[in-house]
Amino acid sequence: MAVRVPILRQGSHLIASIQEELSDSDILNLQSRILDEVVKRQADGVIIDVGALDVIDSFGTRTLAEIASAVQLRGAKMVIVGIQPEVALSMVLLGLTLETVPTMLDLDAGIAELNGAAR
Amino acid sequence: MKAAETVTAQQQSVQHDGDVVLARQMGRQMAMALGFSKPDQALIATAISELARNIVNYASHGTVDAQPVSDGRDTGLHVVVSDRGPGIDDIEAAMTDGFSTGRSLGLGLPGTKRIVDEFDIQSTPGKGVTVTIIKWKHR
Ligand SMILES: Nc1ncnc2c1ncn2[C@@H]1O[C@H](COP(=O)(O)OP(=O)(O)OP(=O)(O)O)[C@@H](O)[C@H]1O
Ligand SMILES: [Mg+2]
Repeated sequence: MAVRVPILRQGSHLIASIQEELSDSDILNLQSRILDEVVKRQADGVIIDVGALDVIDSFGTRTLAEIASAVQLRGAKMVIVGIQPEVALSMVLLGLTLETVPTMLDLDAGIAELNGAAR
Repeated sequence: MKAAETVTAQQQSVQHDGDVVLARQMGRQMAMALGFSKPDQALIATAISELARNIVNYASHGTVDAQPVSDGRDTGLHVVVSDRGPGIDDIEAAMTDGFSTGRSLGLGLPGTKRIVDEFDIQSTPGKGVTVTIIKWKHR
């Protein structure tokens, strides 16, 4: 029942668009595939679209932050787009923050952020 | 509200990480059927996710039991997350933000307590952990 999140290329960016709920091992699988792809494609930006997630709990938050810092170590920038408002609320109340990772409303805003930040 | 009478008690056994997803989906669907708001549905799903993950991480297997409750004025969702794993030696420490023996954030238990209305944790070292939570619709 493993879920494989599609990772698409758009120019120098990678876009991982989560389509359904992910288990912890699905998230870890996504993490290693994103890091492989960043190196292989020499991507300078990564967007993770989490709009399909009904829950982002402590494991999800920790792993998203880990992916972002590993992406940065590989010379690229990561943004998260599409966090549902009630998911954002739950994260805040639980005590979770994603302050090290820019979060944008939607894909367009995410792409603009990456392009604006590109030097 | 008719809803409370038509929603029946449900159980999800928890052993693998995929079961964490099933358990939180079960809770969310029951919350939806009971007429909880969308934010409350997300809070219930998140609470179950944290407690069920602790079973997978620290206790190997356990159960999540959810059922509607009523106190005459209000409807709630009552959830018992229970395992027969090693238990917790120091519950006070485990309930502190940032305390983790799993090199994690240590927010699961204290965070869950913050997002539900009633929270009770019982543990006998060597015999497991039982966490009981209630989320009420109108408070
Ligand atoms: N079901 C359980 N059985 C045994 N020990 C547990 C159980 N649940 C929690 N614990 C203990 O309590 C500690 C705190 O749990 P809590 O969920 O708050 O944080 P965590 O799981 O370490 O990190 P996070 O949930 O933020 O990823 C755990 O590190 C673990 O030592
Ligand atoms: Mg935990």
